[in-house]
Amino acid sequence: MNENFNYKMKLTDEQAAILNGSKGETMAKVMKTLVLYGDAFNAEKMVPVTSEKGHLVTSFGLKVMKPVHDLMDALIEGGALSAQKFSVDPKPLDPNVPSDFLKNFVFNKFMYSVQDKYDAQLEKLGLIDKNSYTCTCYMDEVGNKPNKGDVLSWAESSAVVYANSVLGAKCNRNSGIIELFGSIVGCVPYFGLLTDEGRKATWVVEVKTSKKPEAQILGSAIGMKVMEDVPYVKGLDKWLGTELDGDTCAYLKDFGAATASNGAVGLYHIENLTPEAVEQGEDLVVDGAKTYVIDDAELERVKASYPVMWKDKNAAPKLCFVGCPHLSFNQLVEWTENVSAELKKNGLKKVSVPTVFTAAPGVIEKFNATPFAAKLKATGVVLSYICPLMYMNNPLAKSMAVITNSNKLRTYTTSRYYTSDEILSIITKEVK
Amino acid sequence: MKQFKGRPVVAGKCTAPALVSHGGFNTLASFQGALQFGDLPIIGNKYKQTECDDQNNKDLYRKPMLNKALCLPQTIGSTTGGMILYCANVLGKCPSCLLFSEHIDSLAAAGAAISAVWSESPMPVVDCLGQEFLDYVKDGMTIDVAEDGTVTVR
Repeated sequence: MNENFNYKMKLTDEQAAILNGSKGETMAKVMKTLVLYGDAFNAEKMVPVTSEKGHLVTSFGLKVMKPVHDLMDALIEGGALSAQKFSVDPKPLDPNVPSDFLKNFVFNKFMYSVQDKYDAQLEKLGLIDKNSYTCTCYMDEVGNKPNKGDVLSWAESSAVVYANSVLGAKCNRNSGIIELFGSIVGCVPYFGLLTDEGRKATWVVEVKTSKKPEAQILGSAIGMKVMEDVPYVKGLDKWLGTELDGDTCAYLKDFGAATASNGAVGLYHIENLTPEAVEQGEDLVVDGAKTYVIDDAELERVKASYPVMWKDKNAAPKLCFVGCPHLSFNQLVEWTENVSAELKKNGLKKVSVPTVFTAAPGVIEKFNATPFAAKLKATGVVLSYICPLMYMNNPLAKSMAVITNSNKLRTYTTSRYYTSDEILSIITKEVK
Repeated sequence: MKQFKGRPVVAGKCTAPALVSHGGFNTLASFQGALQFGDLPIIGNKYKQTECDDQNNKDLYRKPMLNKALCLPQTIGSTTGGMILYCANVLGKCPSCLLFSEHIDSLAAAGAAISAVWSESPMPVVDCLGQEFLDYVKDGMTIDVAEDGTVTVR
């Protein structure tokens, strides 16, 4: 089958047999793709995927992604199903999110017209369950949290950088499809962030700000500077402390998502805080590493560089998204308290801009079982499991003045970035 | 005229005009408009030539990428990147080739590998061409790519 295929990697007998068709033509093609992928990085071998579960990036039944859907059909027909259960990124549609007739028509009849079919494909391939749609699969409420040292075959840039950096798992910045292939054959090429050498920092980032830096801007600045390299961040423990508690993990989730979307960071180390930095300290930094100093002025410069893509740059916001990546339970509670308090202070009952908070289905379920749910509902904020990015990826949304505190959402859409404090102020004040 | 020797990640031949991104190429942000709306008559005219939709890429924003020799350091951004490249390839909305000055990144490598195995006509991909390549090549220059990874810029 692939007998004449020349490759450099050393495969085990079993892996070579799969490549040569012992488990059928489709599995052979899956293995061949992984071998080509690994050969591009001179990977010496494949290593087993050791995590219990996988995570896929492709959750959207976009009609235009027909090549992917055809490939999924080929996998299913060829019996090449995932050897591990997996979660997947958030759904692109939620009827609770503000919309209108035209948007609904475009979403349901044109863009996401094959969503149901695609959901069925995911179920056949190995989706955990119908509540497994989120970009923050590592939340306790979701239950796909790898152990330190686990080798993963995941995609979703924000989840990969979190798993590597905060959890100490090992995963390359795999692309959609490749991550599924690794889960199917149960092995991935050994290179990059799977190796000790690849996890060393080639940048030292010195944080010298006068206050706790906004996670989304700090991450953006670092991503734009180091691109796909590994940064070792000094000075941030002054603001975050040395314990990975809920608030700190939420900060690092948002920080990491910005590093990964504004650049291509797959792993960062925070001095005295993240697992490998605590264990190895500056031994993680390679000789000759470059230095990037971040102070208040640098953060201001980076924020001012974001283009405003609205046609009318002075337009009143029509929609606000908070939760890209999905909010943690603690973040949801904090936002609820803050919005309620600000509305009361300003003599308002409801938010002045239609606002959507997004979180994983499991987090929403937990939140809805608390008194905070009614409190949030009273403010007029909608709580959804949707992917804001997918919601925004259409020409109708492009003409809307959407605001967000997510640098990832800003990067991929026409939404306008504001800090969390600015967002809170905008949505809780009367529109003039 | 100048020649550069790179590494063929996906071997192939082509001749095309250059299109140069000096910064990281955000695959999802760049292709999303063309892939989603390129075939929608009312909205899609501006995307017919796979115009780059990445507002943060000052070199490429709104420039057509279809049938161009895309010269870039690496790709960045969402991990849908490789899958997007594969779709663009199958749907005939991709550049003629991808020419990386640096070592190919994991997302682009995935797109190249998936296209090579699962599509009928994968585009040539060459990496490790060096910073000098990216400094020398300019938009519109003619590029010839050879099977062995030799890239001629004229």
